[in-house]
Amino acid sequence: MKYMLLIVSDPTIESPEPGDAGFEEYMSAWSQYTQDLVDAGAYVSGEALQDAGTATTVRHAAGSTTVVDGPFAELKEHLGGYYLIDVDTLDAALDWARRLPVGEGAIEVRPVFPTDGY
Amino acid sequence: MASAGPALTRVAREEGGRLLALLTDRLGDLELAHDCLQEAYATAAARWPADGIPRDAAAWIYVVARNRGVDRLRRDAASRRRMQAQSRVLETGVAHDAPSEGGVSPELIDDSDDAGDERLRLMLLCCHPALSRDAQVALTLRLAGGLTTEEIAASLLIPEPTVQQRVVRAKRKIRAAGIPLAIPADLDARAEILATVLGFIFNEGYLAHATDAGALTRAELADQAISLTAAAADALPDHPELAGLLALELFHRSRDAARVDSHGRLVRLGDQDRARWDRVMIARGFAILGRALAARQLGPWQVQALIAAEHTRDETDWARIVRYYDMLLSMTPGPIVALSRAIAVAEVEGAEPALAEVERIPGLEHYHLWHAALGDLRERCGDRGAARDAWARAAELARNPAEAAFARERGERLRRSM
Repeated sequence: MKYMLLIVSDPTIESPEPGDAGFEEYMSAWSQYTQDLVDAGAYVSGEALQDAGTATTVRHAAGSTTVVDGPFAELKEHLGGYYLIDVDTLDAALDWARRLPVGEGAIEVRPVFPTDGY
Repeated sequence: MASAGPALTRVAREEGGRLLALLTDRLGDLELAHDCLQEAYATAAARWPADGIPRDAAAWIYVVARNRGVDRLRRDAASRRRMQAQSRVLETGVAHDAPSEGGVSPELIDDSDDAGDERLRLMLLCCHPALSRDAQVALTLRLAGGLTTEEIAASLLIPEPTVQQRVVRAKRKIRAAGIPLAIPADLDARAEILATVLGFIFNEGYLAHATDAGALTRAELADQAISLTAAAADALPDHPELAGLLALELFHRSRDAARVDSHGRLVRLGDQDRARWDRVMIARGFAILGRALAARQLGPWQVQALIAAEHTRDETDWARIVRYYDMLLSMTPGPIVALSRAIAVAEVEGAEPALAEVERIPGLEHYHLWHAALGDLRERCGDRGAARDAWARAAELARNPAEAAFARERGERLRRSM
């Protein structure tokens, strides 16, 4: 079954930028992780998001919509990226979430609603 | 016409967990398996009084439940999703044999060696870290312990709809999130949660036992915890903490008859009539603790069992108890352990150093036993006014009526003698 790994982290904890010391290492940990997912046949998709300062929220309420600058909720931690994976059990999904090379942060693991047969 | 009630309750409690695990394997769905098991119990309740109780009651229940499950899957086969997910069950073409006297199904025979394993997998599922502690407790009692939601509600002193909701939500999450009924890769961590959940259940039953209206059901809860812990310790012999917890439970339970006097008042350990302790249970506790310690993987449950064991001796070695609390503090630091240590210190070094230690422990302002310890130690140091205040506060904060009465009485006695 499919699981979404939502990567949530505090944007004030900076990760290395291109050119910084340790950037190569940082990036290679992520590409290795993605490669491991692919090798295990678990990879469906995954992307990193630009920082929450680039977010725009469209809110639907009372039949109309408003467009607001910023993410949908003012939280200390922001959605930074996601992986969509396909594994057999929650335990396997939690294991992949544990292995994510995030220094600090949280991974919300959510089963994707099954679509087959509906 | 025999009543089927006691026999059914026994099957539900002793075999229910294993039956549920087997059915879940067979039907591929915990919720469906649980529903069918409940229906099989209902069928048994209706048929056994007239037909007699089958020789192998568990096998009878299993066959009825499994047939129901297979029927339901066949009926639901119209829904493509279900049919795909469960096709392996339909493909195996389960024989639709009617249960009969002695009609033991092959699954039960094949798995007889793994009986402990079946129940264990179910207990470990109930204690999955993706479930909340409340849900883990309710599920363990409901699914592994075979208690009804009504019994769980009565023994945990929470409303039945709350229990029902917790069980329903947890079962829904197990299905929707794909939590597997399997021995987990992180077995050590899961066994630790299992011990915590079982320890909690035991405490709930034990602490309030004989001191409130639901005393009887709560005593059953403590026994249920002991039976589940014994099953877990048996199935996981390499996890001596479970055996440690079992020994601890047995040591506590052995003192049951002596804990409350004829007026329903709490009797402190030192004042208990030791002749009323259950020596057989204590011996069993020592044997189990001895085997656990031999594994040389000491943990907090084993240390707590060592402390409880020390309290069963004729002469309590308080210095040794202080050392055990030091070990416990290094494993699980916390104010409550620090408080227990300070109380033991009073017996070794006297009330004054102990009082200083108790006063230094932060964060227990709302804990009745901290105030009770202050009351007792201040009284022993001769500070009667402050002692009385502390006992009054302890009485206010105590949730358990017997403990509140005890604190009030101590305060009252001080007031009279002032």
